Amino acid sequence: MFTIIDNGRASQVDEPAGTELAKRAEAAGRPVAIDPAERVAYLGVTASDRAGALSSLEAPDFTLPDLDGRLHSLSHHRGRKVLLVAYASW
Amino acid sequence: MITVALDRSDDDARPWIETAKPTHPSLIDTRHVLADLYNIVNVPTILWIDEAGRMVRPNDVAFGTDTFKHITGLEAARHLAALRAWVRGEAAALPEARVRALQSLPTETDQQARAEFGLGEWLSANGRSEAAARHFTRAGELAPHDFTIRRGTMPMRGVDPMGPEFRTMLGEWVKAGNPYYRPLPE
Repeated sequence: MFTIIDNGRASQVDEPAGTELAKRAEAAGRPVAIDPAERVAYLGVTASDRAGALSSLEAPDFTLPDLDGRLHSLSHHRGRKVLLVAYASW
Repeated sequence: MITVALDRSDDDARPWIETAKPTHPSLIDTRHVLADLYNIVNVPTILWIDEAGRMVRPNDVAFGTDTFKHITGLEAARHLAALRAWVRGEAAALPEARVRALQSLPTETDQQARAEFGLGEWLSANGRSEAAARHFTRAGELAPHDFTIRRGTMPMRGVDPMGPEFRTMLGEWVKAGNPYYRPLPE
């Protein structure tokens, strides 16, 4: 079996299908990280997609959990000013 | 306000959140979703987003208190005053052209580094720490300026993110003429 992580979601496919998906993503210009020994590939997002979204100045939406597992989306705060703070314990 | 902890696990962020008892959404981002979307390369990073969901101040470095001022040289008061004036409608945020000029956009290499991080994070979360370390190392080589990778993966690699390995990394980075924090010039 082979694990493909695409758009943050992991799915199991057979090995030929997995390597084929990774190859195709690479051919499409996407950043791809592969660990052949562990049989896992991560398909990332292109710089042009990310840069295009940021240049539009529209804040990219995201949905993340709090400590209780409740999901929150930036888009739910439309109509209010938001100070977005990224921090870490490190 | 929305705060997002770029941390290994709920438990790494929990003591900080439970002490602060925030009334705003206080979120955990173990996969660095936010870093990827906003090209965030260190913490703290702040952004201002207006009522229409538009970024009116791009990624900036600002602290809420002066706890780390002796290390960072950054005072909280300047950002807090500007933030209050904007929230109260007493001062406009930055004009669009200025926001664009101040934005830092990701390169293909940065995104390759994030893919290596994403793979490492998945491997680490699935108990394959040796394999994970390979990809974290590769990610850090690709994006040496990205401390969400180089320092942020230290807990996943069993390295103390406040310890000697971090201090050596920081020392070399600064000695080579690179700033650890890059606040906006205004």
